Parts: sequence; structure tokens; C-alpha cells
Amino acid sequence: MKAKNIKKLLYHVLVGGFAILILYPVIWLVMSSFKRSNQIFVTAESLLPSPFILGNYAQGWEGFGDYGFSTFIGNTLVFVLFVLVGHLISCSLIAFGFARLKFVGRSFWFAIMIMTLMLPYEVIMIPQYIIFAKLGWLDSLKPLVVPAYFGHPFFIFLLVQFIRTIPRELDEAATIDGCNTFGIYRRIILPLLVPALATTSIFTFYWTWDNLLGPVLYLNSPSKYTVSMALNMFLSNESVSNWGAMFAMSVVSLIPVFIIFFIFQRYVVDGISTSGLKG
Amino acid sequence: MQSQIKQNLWGYLFIGPFIIGFLAFTVIPIIASLYFSFTSYDLFSTPRWIGLDNFKEMFTSDARYLNSLKITFIYVFVGVPLRLGFALLVAMLLNTASRAVGLYRTLYYLPSLIGGSVAVAIMWRNIFGDEGIVNIALMSMGIDPVRWFGDPSAALWMLIFLSIWQFGSSMLIFLAGLKSIPQSYYEAASVDGASFLQKFSNITIPMLSPVILFNAIMQTIAAFMTFVPAYIISKGTGGPLDGTLLYSLYLFKQGFEFFHMGYASAMAWVMLIIIAILTSIIFLSSKFWVHYESEGGR
Repeated sequence: MKAKNIKKLLYHVLVGGFAILILYPVIWLVMSSFKRSNQIFVTAESLLPSPFILGNYAQGWEGFGDYGFSTFIGNTLVFVLFVLVGHLISCSLIAFGFARLKFVGRSFWFAIMIMTLMLPYEVIMIPQYIIFAKLGWLDSLKPLVVPAYFGHPFFIFLLVQFIRTIPRELDEAATIDGCNTFGIYRRIILPLLVPALATTSIFTFYWTWDNLLGPVLYLNSPSKYTVSMALNMFLSNESVSNWGAMFAMSVVSLIPVFIIFFIFQRYVVDGISTSGLKG
Repeated sequence: MQSQIKQNLWGYLFIGPFIIGFLAFTVIPIIASLYFSFTSYDLFSTPRWIGLDNFKEMFTSDARYLNSLKITFIYVFVGVPLRLGFALLVAMLLNTASRAVGLYRTLYYLPSLIGGSVAVAIMWRNIFGDEGIVNIALMSMGIDPVRWFGDPSAALWMLIFLSIWQFGSSMLIFLAGLKSIPQSYYEAASVDGASFLQKFSNITIPMLSPVILFNAIMQTIAAFMTFVPAYIISKGTGGPLDGTLLYSLYLFKQGFEFFHMGYASAMAWVMLIIIAILTSIIFLSSKFWVHYESEGGR
């Protein structure tokens, strides 16, 4: 009995200690954001800020040029919202088509969709840029948002897998009651799809919030910058060694990600475990 | 009863957005990209056909390209196996009945959650600085500090460490896989006197092999496309001495810094071909090591 307890204790010391080690850099980032900029590296070995200051947050929040950090957060939220609406509408429609309707060429198109899942973005990045440039869409959200309204292979796949678990008897009953195909989607499948749509929303939020390459390619005016681009700007101005403000805004950029994770943890973990979504 | 035609119509109505998007945002760009790869094109003047010159230049006279290809291969083939191995190790540690497992799982997943962000790349850059906590830790263990930003191979290791640090999502997938292995297999093996290692190599690995295959393919593709960490950590330069100039970053620079759109397109096509070959090799090799339950074993 005693040996078993010691073994248990050892396990928790090992696994828990390792978790702290893994997360130490994040803790260090957060604590450093409360230190004076000139203290951050001088006292890097100590976690406790002395003196404890909030000035970095005030300074970082002012942003740069004429634009405060709140502008960048606002821009990013608009970006996320447009992509989110696009994914929810298009992916649920397309997934319903693949999972429930019988039509000529279904398995062909499904295979195509799975293949696009593995297509590196780099291959289509340059021609897409040229096309959007010719359309006069540069320096706007359009190139980043419009494709979202035509589905996203990861989420279509996730939703197809989920719809397949919904009993077909429900569709048949609805048909007998006079529902047409769109009615089955709207009244039967969509309400039951909510958990998978939640997973879709959460990952859409993460990937859009973090997206750097897209905004760097398509947005030029500082008034349209997203949070990722603003952080990148802080880094470019790093020569002034204002680490404090940069760290503070880095922490600010992570807060929404953490909040959403802790509220919706179940959907995140289920999404990854069942579909193999990369986190 | 719906007629055949009506059924087809409904089907294409629903998946229509995918087909339109696929043609507009994938097929046309892919064809355009193939065309550009045989041209010299700076975005402002008309593309000029130069045949295979872009590809020749890549493999014969562009030392930066060959270096970029080399370090990307190192990054992928060192980083992905270490990351997956690590993920499997931690998943096995967490595959117990302890009540704290839920908490540990969350903690270990967090780096994966935030790993792709600019904030984390900035953090990574700073903990590996000359006075950063990594060097402080090394010195406290009596190891000489490393100039992570002074030595190209040290800088590449910094990126590999960042990739390993994000083992959490693979770990979650492995954990789900481990939980689906019937406990009775292990019990039966124990009765027969199997050691831990025997159980690991004869039960855990074969039962988990489809999940490992899936992870290996997806992570290899994703690793090949890594952009943000290299871009942020090197401040867009790929330095020191091109030590962090991963393929995607070099492609980005060729396209959007030097406006060599033709050359960048050719690079993208080579990347696509490399990824296709790698994926096929992993798939073909899977015949020898992936075990599918339904086939009744090998």
C-alpha cells in the first residue's frame, strides 16, 4: 500500500513538474510583461516583477502611428466574424450534400475535397495573389474572407463525419411529414449539428485570429492591420528595445485564445481526438 | 419518390459552393501557377516564357535555394519524428486512470493551442536570446551558453525545439487511440509474462499504427509548410546566414520581396512534388508497418 502511494506521488511529481517546465516560457512571458523593459533581461532568471508595473500595457495599447491596439483588435474581430459566418453556412451545406444526398459524382468530388486538404497553400498563393490584385481587391479583407464562403475542407470533413452519426430514420420521418431536402437540412440536421458547428467555430476563430501570412500578403494600410501584423510591427521596431510593450500586447493577443479554450475545452479536445484536426 | 434528376440537382445545389470555390480558388490558380513556373514574371510586366530555366537555376546556380531545401529537410525529418515520439511518450504517461489526467492533458495541449501565433514566436525569440532563460538554464547546469542567433545550425535547432514544444495535438490523438486498445490484450500478455517493452512493441505500436500513419503524413506536410516561426524569429530575414530560411520563407521572399513570381511559382511546384513523393513513400511503407484490425493482422 505504501509503495503504491510513493509510486503515485512520483508519477505526479514527474508529470506535473514536466508540465510546469513546458509552460514555463509562457509564464515567463506573462510575468515579464509586468516588468520594466530595461529589467526584463537583467532579471530574466526571476519570475517576480519588482517593481510590478502596468505601464507596458498602457504603452502597448497606444499602438503605433495614429492607431491604437484596440483598432487592431477590432479589425481582427471583423475578419474572424466574416470568416466564421462563411464557414458555418458553406461547410454545413456542403457537408450535408456529401453525407446525405445521393448524386452522380459524389465520391469523385469527395475525393477531390480530401485531396485539397493536403494541398500546400504555397502552390496557390502566388496566382491567387495575382488574381486578387487584378480584381483590385488588394488592401482589403475580401481576398481573406471571400474564399471562406466556398467551404473549408477540414471543416466539411469534420461535419460529414458528424452527420453520418445522425440516424437516417429522422430524415425519412421528416420526408413523410412533407419536408423537402432543404427542410431536412434546415429542421433536422442543422439543430443536431450544433456541437460540430461549435468545434468548427472554435477552430475557425483560432486559425483566423493567428493568421499572419494572409494579412501580411493582402493588407498594407496600418489602419487595417490585424493583431498578428501589429505584433510583427512591434518586433520590427524592436531596435528601440521596448520589450515591455511588445510582451504586454503578446499576452493580450493570447487572452482570447485561452478564454475560448477554457470555456469550450470539450469541443476542442473532441474535435482533435476524433478528426485529427491540427491544433 | 424523387426522380433521379431531382436528386442530382439537390446534390449539386448543396455541394455547389465547394465546386465553384474549388475551380476559382484552387484549379485556376494551380494551372496559372504551372504556367508562371515556366516564365519570368515580376507582377508588373507581362510574363516571359523561359522554359525550364527557373528549375535549372534552382538546382544548379541558386545556393540559397539548395541550402533552404536542406535545412527544411532537416527541420522536417528531425522535428516531426521527435515531436511524434514525444507525443506518444506523454500520451502513454497520461493513459492512466488518475483523476488529474484531465488537467495534465489540458496543460500539455496549451503549447499546441497557441503555438502558431506571432506572440509565441516573439516569446521563443526572446527566451533563446543571449541573455534569455534558456541560456540561463544552460549555465546553471554548467553548460556553456549557446549563441542561438549567431550560429545557423543552432538557430535551426531553435525552430525544431519550437516544433517539438507543440506536441500537444498529436498527443491528444494518440491518447484517444490508446484508450481504444482493449485492456484485455495487455492482461493476456501479462499472464503470458510479457515485459513492458514486449507489450509496447507487440500491442501498443501495431494497434496505434493507423493513427501514427495519419499523424506522420499530416505533420510532415504541415512541417514542410512552416512559415510563421521562421518569419518572426528571424524578423523576416531567414538569418543568421540563412539558418532559418525554411522553404516557405524563401518562397515568400522570392515572390513578395524580389517579385520573382515565376521563380516562386516554380519553387511551389517543386514543393508540391516533394510533398507528393514523401506522402506516397509514407503510404507505401505503411504496408509494412501499419496494422488494420479488420484484415486480421499481417
